Amino acid sequence: MRRFGRLYSQLLRTGFAEAVAYRAEFLIWMFSTNMPLVMLAIWAAAAREGPVAGYSQRGFAAYYLCTLLVRLLTGAWVVWEMTMEIRQGTLALRLLRPIHPLLQWSADNIAAIPMRGVVALPVTAVLLFFARGELARDWFSWLLLCPALLGAWLLYFLVQAMIGTVALRFESAASLFEAWLGFSNILSGYLVPLDLFPRAVRDVALWLPFRFQLSYPVELMLGRWSRLQALELLGVQWIYVAMFLLATRAAWRSGLRYYAAYGG
Amino acid sequence: MIEVAGLRKWYRVHRREPGLAAALRSLWHRPTEEVKAVDDVSFSIAAGERVGFLGPNGAGKTTTLKVLAGLLHPTEGRATVAGHVPQKRERAFLEQITLVMGQKQQLLWDLPPSETFLLNRAIYDIPRAQYEETMAELTELLELGELLGKPARQLSLGERMKCELAVALLHRPRVLFLDEPTIGLDVSMQATVRSFVRAYNERFGATVLLTSHYMEDVAALCPRVMVIDKGRLIYDGALQELVRRVRPDKRMVLRLSRPVARAELEPLGAVVEHRDAEAVVQVSQEALQAAVARALSSLPLTDLTVADPPLEEVMRDLFAHGRAA
Repeated sequence: MRRFGRLYSQLLRTGFAEAVAYRAEFLIWMFSTNMPLVMLAIWAAAAREGPVAGYSQRGFAAYYLCTLLVRLLTGAWVVWEMTMEIRQGTLALRLLRPIHPLLQWSADNIAAIPMRGVVALPVTAVLLFFARGELARDWFSWLLLCPALLGAWLLYFLVQAMIGTVALRFESAASLFEAWLGFSNILSGYLVPLDLFPRAVRDVALWLPFRFQLSYPVELMLGRWSRLQALELLGVQWIYVAMFLLATRAAWRSGLRYYAAYGG
Repeated sequence: MIEVAGLRKWYRVHRREPGLAAALRSLWHRPTEEVKAVDDVSFSIAAGERVGFLGPNGAGKTTTLKVLAGLLHPTEGRATVAGHVPQKRERAFLEQITLVMGQKQQLLWDLPPSETFLLNRAIYDIPRAQYEETMAELTELLELGELLGKPARQLSLGERMKCELAVALLHRPRVLFLDEPTIGLDVSMQATVRSFVRAYNERFGATVLLTSHYMEDVAALCPRVMVIDKGRLIYDGALQELVRRVRPDKRMVLRLSRPVARAELEPLGAVVEHRDAEAVVQVSQEALQAAVARALSSLPLTDLTVADPPLEEVMRDLFAHGRAA
């Protein structure tokens, strides 16, 4: 365990050094995560005359700022790295090392969080200034937010990794990921709060994994659930994490059998 | 150390003609064909051996290396390296091998090589004392000193390859797979890499399997060679024996005190080169003794040496006529 701790802390240090080296590109990429602000402008205009499905203008501001924060803190890009490295043949060099490539990519993604903080901190300040009254008052919700954010990040990372393993066999997984991202943007609450969906759609969406990638941590921040309900939902989220972990592991092993290690 | 029996690696690849019509046809009809990259290859390499793996482009050298390094699953057959089945990629196996690919790099592109060294130290769990000792040795042997602090992207190709070798050997692997390690390097850097590989092999008794298109790499490093062509092993033995089989003739290199006419050289054998006071004459093994005697008695010689044909020519002949077997 100590050995793993030493290894992972070195991976994080290296990942942070790389994030700093790519800082300009990284910041531009983060600023491109602006869809919640666009949606906020639209829904805030719609709510000028009165609340929409229970959301006032301030309510929408709180929702979309929380959404932006969660997205900034749980971002992952492993599917792009996997696809690129598989196509260019550089994955071979990772496979030669006695460490699972996904562990290394996970550290690269986590190590970028301090850089994300550069954007996340001002968003938090604006959130506290404009919509403090809309946020959860129970400290327990904020306590659960830590494992919920970790679970959300793991779901996002593992789904990407699982889709990325398709490239081991077919050299590309980008289109498949784009298709998945389309569903995710709608069903995770990224574009529209799930409360605004027709009841039948919402009832299904509440139990799909997309919700637990984004909407669930946002719901915690907005104090939507009692302590017991919040805990139950955390349990569901981590069941999904475990399922995707097993599925990704199986997909990786199966994919490696077809990996052609082209290039070089 | 390395045992390979009946190894096969076949790929199914999609074939299509160029052009728009072919592109449209390929939407519903995708003909494929089987490519036998490695076809029933068997060999055995003892610990500490240095073996050259030769063959034209696409012969199956790199595919074999990738199977042995655990990157590819064989279609059929069996391979073991240091007692492990490579495709299982067990930690104990990966800790004992390295694969250096001249056209791929494991250095972190935007960071100094020292960062990659630290990363590999953690990945291979190298004790601090061993790490410092190895780093000191590698730094001295490969003259890495000033390179370690520069971002990898700012290093020249030769400097990068020196760092690549050092990173690949930091964990002191017992088996080195070297795939074109000197490609693109200048002559002096090639010599540095060759002497370093030899020194590492002698110091640690490491097994070396090398592919290279530079015959000097093979001649300088590998007493034994294996030749692969169209996926099949067509020769396995001493380099000198391969040369003797493929090109049994010898070359007399003549240096003369004054220019002589081509007609004066022709009775010795086939004139390969002739300019002013230098000439190269190709002579069969049987006629060599008589030709040397005749040259000594009839030409104004200042120097005469007998050599094998250049390895590049031997290989060209070998793959043109498939005469090694």
